[in-house]
Formats: sequence, structure tokens, C-alpha cells
Amino acid sequence: MRITRVLSASLLMLGLAVTPAVADSSPSPSASEDGGAPTEAGTSFRTATEIEQGQTATASGSAGDYLYWSFPADAGQRPTVKATVKLPDTHAAETWQIDVYDGLRRRQSCQYGAQTRAAAAGGTPSGGAASVDLTCVLRTVRAWSEPWANDPLPGTYYIRLTVVNLATSDLGLPVGAEVRVDSEDVGGAAAVDGSLAHPLVPGAGAIAQGGEEESTKEALLASLEPSGGWASGWWSDRWVWTAIGGALAALAGVGGYALTRGSGRPSRVTPGA
Amino acid sequence: MIRTQRLAAGVCALLAALTAGIAFPAGAVADETTATAPKVDLVIDVSGSMRAKDIDGQSRMAAAKQAFNEVLDATPEEVQLGIRTLGANYPGDDRKTGCKDTAQLYPVGPLDRTEAKTAVATLTPTGWTPIGPALLKAAEDLDGGEGSKRIVLISDGEDTCAPLDPCEVAREIAAKGIGLTIDTLGLVPNTKMRQQLSCIAEATGGTFTSVEHTDELADKVNQLVDRAADPVVTPVATTGADQCAKAPTLNSGLYTDREEFGQQRWYRVKVPHGWELRASVSVAADREVNPSYGLLLRATTEGGREIVRGEAAGNGRTDVISTGLRYPKAEAEDAEGEIAPETVCLQVTHSFSPAGGVKTTPGLPLEVTIDVVHGPDASNDVASFGLGRGWWLLGALILTGFLAGLVWGWLSRWRVAVWRTN
Repeated sequence: MRITRVLSASLLMLGLAVTPAVADSSPSPSASEDGGAPTEAGTSFRTATEIEQGQTATASGSAGDYLYWSFPADAGQRPTVKATVKLPDTHAAETWQIDVYDGLRRRQSCQYGAQTRAAAAGGTPSGGAASVDLTCVLRTVRAWSEPWANDPLPGTYYIRLTVVNLATSDLGLPVGAEVRVDSEDVGGAAAVDGSLAHPLVPGAGAIAQGGEEESTKEALLASLEPSGGWASGWWSDRWVWTAIGGALAALAGVGGYALTRGSGRPSRVTPGA
Repeated sequence: MIRTQRLAAGVCALLAALTAGIAFPAGAVADETTATAPKVDLVIDVSGSMRAKDIDGQSRMAAAKQAFNEVLDATPEEVQLGIRTLGANYPGDDRKTGCKDTAQLYPVGPLDRTEAKTAVATLTPTGWTPIGPALLKAAEDLDGGEGSKRIVLISDGEDTCAPLDPCEVAREIAAKGIGLTIDTLGLVPNTKMRQQLSCIAEATGGTFTSVEHTDELADKVNQLVDRAADPVVTPVATTGADQCAKAPTLNSGLYTDREEFGQQRWYRVKVPHGWELRASVSVAADREVNPSYGLLLRATTEGGREIVRGEAAGNGRTDVISTGLRYPKAEAEDAEGEIAPETVCLQVTHSFSPAGGVKTTPGLPLEVTIDVVHGPDASNDVASFGLGRGWWLLGALILTGFLAGLVWGWLSRWRVAVWRTN
């Protein structure tokens, strides 16, 4: 009984100590201290707020702002970015858009989903669009691709949320935004050969050249990793498929061999020969 | 029992050690010095129009004062905060004098909340709205130090001191200082004011907010002050050349530059064998530009052969256009001794064009990130380790195995037959 209590107390202590340390280790603008989801958004690539996959991040801004978040995505994942914009009570017709950029700030295409959506003009009495929902399903993140390709690679991804056309009368009105990233694990179907030297995380070069210590003092451009760290890149279900295939081939080989031998000894051979 | 206790104590000690180990880096990161302290200058409009009583039934001035008191209470310790007024002192009609009317109410430095509040309480709506000159002075207030700098402009009317366009002033300020952002807040703004204030904000990568309630004002200013307090990576200023031979050599890091319309910028990066170059570039549209634009980043050898390029194009409203590239330099085969790293030239060109009547200098802000990371980058096969997957693979393997078994069986039958005949 007693040991259980002691153990649970020390586990709680560990938990308490770890939570703020983990929150602090992400120097992202306004990653909230309580370990919860961020309630702010950055306004440029440099100041993008880091969010984890599966977290619902919120932010308040003004119509016309460019809001930035960043999240880590690993090989084999197919991230889906969802954003909801809460519009002010009275507004003119406006169109909102999310864009996703990879760690090299290259724009990444959405396979499907309403990346851009228009909201009809609305007022409190007429009850126009009160919010806009946007979705972007990215391509599957590959472990490796040729330098000349634009394929999504493991690393940091940026989300930019903004209004693309806006009446001057709506400039600066308060809006609320909510962003969430989830991803589907595509698995071995997307397991390609090769791996990157380091995930496409901005600022990685400074660490590689200056050493880990030098960079921890300053703010980092991006610091979040997927839960469980970056995949080492060697495991995929292709091993299982290939192994099962090999085993089945061996069985089929035995079967084929047995077929040629018939049952038991050849009939021409006399017993006792 | 004793054993159990000892075990428990051991586990406790282990956990405590773990805790200390994990918690330690958090403390090590907190290393603040005054040189890197973020600075914020609140610039408040105290012109005659602030008397208008249209914010929650009270005057704009009263609302601003109330909001300031809340902001001063909530300002984080590390932020050096200052307050500057515009149009606070000269009540007369002389435009020339009125347009110079800007004063420092509270100097930028460690905040004494009581003193700052007392200073704010003395404000009474008085004169003109010289936004441009006030911004220039505010930029001087923030001079020095390496931390992030932010001007928060709170105004209720457009600039009354033409021809000095505050938008251009903001752009000049941004071009001079690194990491200086101007955020603007309009109190009950009209169309012209919205345009002017959002133009000022866009010129520096800041935000424009229109405010119609007191609590909105306090919340927004607090948010902006907190944003200033967030640690961000400060870029290093550099100046690219118009050809590779004269270009500056960049190491891993974050850089800023300015690139005029139709100009090209070259930089050089040294990439050792077995390392990978990653470069990304973004060009910000800090003024009104025509709706179609593009960006091209090319990596070439010193001889001018193109290695790889990154391209981006777009149209419509945007703050920035960006692209990037990576170039893995293969490991040197049969290397003898040190091999000199390859010099890669990076060329940046953008195809923004200025909208009519917009000044073309200073150039558009350019941000370059360079990362040179060590490690392999190679692939021998399309699939992971050349492994297979799927029902077709299983079918093919089973068929092959079966055929192999048959052949083996026939072969051995034939051999037995041959052996028997001999």
C-alpha cells in the first residue's frame, strides 16, 4: 500500500516538473505555459506559433491579418489542416484561404478540401455566414525525394490563414480563428527508400554547425518534434509483406516439389529395391 | 518491510534525479539581458478629435486612458515600455507648429507602473495628428539594443500633416531598423483612416485593428505587448550583390536584405562534401503591388551552371511570397586529404511590380534562411530498402516458389531415373 502511495506521489512530482519544462522547451511565440493548446498565432514565418498535431489552437486577430502556425509532420503521414474563422456580427462578403508551406517555405498543394471559401455578407438581423470552415488535405509526406521535386518531406509545415479579398469597411474587425491538424497514417504504401540528412526543420543548420549548446540560448525558428521523435526511417510494413511473401513462396515450393513426387515412392520402384 | 522502504526511497531518488535532469534545461534557457530586452513604444493620438464620445458612451480619450491603465498593469517584466504622444501640446491653428507636436510622455526603459499611469492621467485632447513625425521620433526612442522592437500606434484620425505620407515614413523606418514592427489601432475608424493605418501596418509587417469598444482596445494592446515579449530569432542584415563573384558568403542562419523591383540578389554559400544546403527565401510585399507576382531562387555553380531552383508564383492579396531549395552535395569518392567545399551561388529574383504611384525605394524586404546540415541523402530504389508490398507481390512470390518447387522436383526425379538406369 505504502509503496504504491510513495510511487504515485513521486510520479505526480515528475509529472509536475516535466509539464512546465516541456512547455518551456518550445520557445514558440506564446505557446501557452499550462501545456494547453496555444491561444495566439504568429504573424510571419519567423514568428509562427508552433502547434502539435491533434491540438486545437485558437487565436484572435483582425480581419486582414496574416496568421501563421507551424506543425511537425513525419514520413508516412498525410496531414489534414482544418481551420475555422469566426466572423464579426456584421461584415461584407469575404473570402478566406489557408495555405500550407513546408520547412523550406515552398507552397504545398492541397489534394482536396476547401482551401478557399467565400462567406456571404452577413449582419446580426439577416444572419449571414457567422463562420467559415476551411480544409486542406496535403499529399503524403515521403521520407525522401529528389532535390528537384516538390514532394512533401518530413519536417516543419507552416499554415497561413488570411482573407484574400476584403472590403475596406471590414479591415481590422476582430475575428477568431481555430486551427487543428490531424494526420492519417498511410503506412507502407508510402514507404520510399532513402532518408533525409535531417528533417526539413528551419534552423537545423545553425545547430549542426554551432553545436546544440549555442542554439538553446536563443529562440529557435522551429523546435517541435512529432510525439515520439522523428521516425528513423527503416521500419515499414513492407518488411512484413516481404517476409510473408517469402514464407508463402517457400511453402508453394514445397508444394510444387511434392506434386512432382506424387504420394510416397514412385510406383516403378519395387518395394525393397 | 525494510526492503520495501528502501526500494521506495530508491525509486524516489531516481525520480527526483530524473525530474531535476528534465527540469534543468528550462532554467538554463531563461537568460535575459537588457541588451536583448524587447522594446515597445506606445504612440497615442491626443488630438482634438479624441474628445468625441463614441466608445461605450465615454470619450475616446477616457477609453484610451482606461485601456492604458490595464495594459500598464499587465506588461511583462522584461518588456521596456515607453509612451509617446502626438498632438498633445499645441492647441493653435498653425499647421507647421501643429505638425511638429509630438512628445515623449514616458521614456522607453524599465517600467515604473505608478509613474507611467500618472503621466497618462495628465493627457487632455488638444491638437493636430502628426502621425509621420511621431513615428520617426518613436523609432528614435527605440534605437539601440538587439531585442525586438515594436511601435503600437493608437489613433482616431488620419494624418493631418501631408505631404509627409506616414506610410512611406513607416517603410523608411522598417528599412533602417531590423525587427521593427508597427502595429496600428484605429479608434472608430472611417474608410480613409482604415486604408492609411493598414498601409502603415503592412509596410512593416504589423497588424491593423479597428477598435470600437474599450475592452477590445486593452485586449489588443496587451496582445501586442505580449507578442513583443515573445522570443524570436532576429535576422542578420546582409547586402547581396548583383553578381556571384561579388556576393557575400553566408553561413547557416537567418538574414534580411532589401531587393528593389527588377533587381537581382546574389549570395554565396560554402557546401562541404556530404553536406546538404537548404535555402529558403521570402520577399514581403510591404506596399501596394500589382496582383500577379513571382519569385525565383536559383542555385548555380560558380561557373553559372544551374544546379536546382525553387519557384513560386501567385496572385491576389499577400504579405509574402516564398520558395526554397535543397542541394545535397554528394560524398567525395576516393578523397585524399581535405577537399575544399563547393561554393554555391544563390540568385534571388522577384517579379513584383509596383502599383501606380507607389515609391519603389527602399526595396522590398527579403528574408533568407540558410541551413547547411550534415548527413546522407541518397536513394537506391523507389521502395523502402527495395522491399515489396501487396497482393501482387504475394502472388508473384507464391507462383515463383511453386514453379521452383516443380522444377526442383522434376530435376530430382530425372536424376533418380538417370542414376537407376546406370
